[in-house]
Amino acid sequence: MSDLRDLYQEVILDHNKRPRNFRVLPQPTHKADGVNPLCGDRISVFLDIEDDVIKDIAFQGTGCAISSASASLMTEALKGKPVAEIEHLFEAFHSVVTTDCECPRGLGKLSVLAGVRDYPSRVKCATLAWHAVRAALEQRKESVATE
Amino acid sequence: MNAPLVSSAISVAASELDLARIRADFPILRQQVHGKRLVYLDNAASVQKPRAVIDTISTCYSDYYANIHRGVHLMSERSTLAYERAREKVRDFLNAASVEEIIFTRSATESINLVASSFGGMAFKAGDEILITGMEHHSNIVPWQLLCERTGAVLKVAPFTDAGELILEEYERLLDSGRVKLAALVHISNALGTVNPIKTLIELAHARGIPVLVDGAQAVPHLAVDVRALDCDFYAFSSHKIYGPSGVGVLYGKKALLEAMPPYQGGGDMIRIVTFEKTEFADLPNKFEAGTPNIAGVIGLGAALDWLTAIGLDVVAAHEHELLTYTTAQISEIPGLKIMGTARDKAALVAFTLSGAHPHDIGTILDREGIAIRAGHHCAQPVMQRYGVPATARASFAIYNTRDEVDALVAALWKVKELFA
Repeated sequence: MSDLRDLYQEVILDHNKRPRNFRVLPQPTHKADGVNPLCGDRISVFLDIEDDVIKDIAFQGTGCAISSASASLMTEALKGKPVAEIEHLFEAFHSVVTTDCECPRGLGKLSVLAGVRDYPSRVKCATLAWHAVRAALEQRKESVATE
Repeated sequence: MNAPLVSSAISVAASELDLARIRADFPILRQQVHGKRLVYLDNAASVQKPRAVIDTISTCYSDYYANIHRGVHLMSERSTLAYERAREKVRDFLNAASVEEIIFTRSATESINLVASSFGGMAFKAGDEILITGMEHHSNIVPWQLLCERTGAVLKVAPFTDAGELILEEYERLLDSGRVKLAALVHISNALGTVNPIKTLIELAHARGIPVLVDGAQAVPHLAVDVRALDCDFYAFSSHKIYGPSGVGVLYGKKALLEAMPPYQGGGDMIRIVTFEKTEFADLPNKFEAGTPNIAGVIGLGAALDWLTAIGLDVVAAHEHELLTYTTAQISEIPGLKIMGTARDKAALVAFTLSGAHPHDIGTILDREGIAIRAGHHCAQPVMQRYGVPATARASFAIYNTRDEVDALVAALWKVKELFA
């Protein structure tokens, strides 16, 4: 179980059980859906952006513990951040979950998902919410898929 | 008085011995996964291969391989002979009337697409109906949707109960529309394990003059299929689910239907005479086998059928049924575990959800215990929608699985429960 605990850390289990910002924004400035056709995960992300700053961010949907916790942690990480920082954070997060790099500074709690790197089939779960945010910023109408 | 006791003791010992011998036939079962012995319970997705199949394919390539049906040289003759012998083995396995009724394809999916394209293109016009069931694999849904788009035909779906059993009255009602030109239905559901009463369903369709295609991909490895006794018009299955190699499928079709149908694909091997003005097609079964087929794969399928027949499908069915009963009883004790698909007649697979744990997480945790299961929608998304779940976890059994492996599964599920409690 020890290596499983590297993946399913307490923070992840907690965010899975009690996801933060798990709600619908009634009038978001940006919104997109993400689906993982492999496992049927579906999430919607809602953003409220004012003056290039993320005033509010929320998500809804169903998914595995990794995708739910990652979405929840992402909303905490992005709230209040300038839009310009999202891409940089996503890149840093992506390298944490896919490579053996040292965790870049500034990722904060997001680094608890580093264990995903040992489970290649789960990387898509961890990045689903981020792909959806990216799609929302690009205002793509169709839902994004991880495959 | 002693005699029966002695004989039952012997038969138990014999069956245990057989299982050890059967397992020894599968080199992959000696593999370790994450430091644990492999417990392979993803057999409904694809089954592992016995040594006899691996060796047959290897021998084909190392001893006598050449292209078939065209060479005057010895290697081509030997390959052709082995390939056509495999066709005869499939015919015998299904108890078809003639080898002309056995078409080799790439997969069960391609077999169904062949019928949808060739028979469908010939028989359907706008307003005609295709009747399927709510528990089909995507491979028995999408080809018909494509046919509907091409022809203006309409797809009708027969409903099933919460237990996963077709509602026969509804099925009959849908057959009675007067517009159904083909019924296509799954023999055993890959998502639920339901064994459909296909003989009855075929009779109901035939009573109305409607031909029937059966998707038998999940059925042939688990129970004996006699296409003449069933009187089905088409029967599709794939090699990789019946201990043969991937990349080979089979379509059985009644000769009169196949003869009336136009070719599915054009090319080499399916022609008699080609000029730039006109082409005469080959006779059955070659008419439907354009291009060089998966020669070694087909020969490997023949070896798989020999191997399985030597064990006997009745022995397979009895062993798997025991595993199903044992698994169902054991995992039902886990709080929050819900089995999806509780049909009275059920094949050896258990699809389930566990409250608080997503199937994908269950799959990952079990994998770390060396246990391979499937997590997801099982290419049957409408079935997931029927039960209002995004996905399920599924353990599916083959002849080589043991009660010990079921115990490993159950122990691992308790660990999942502990982690997500």
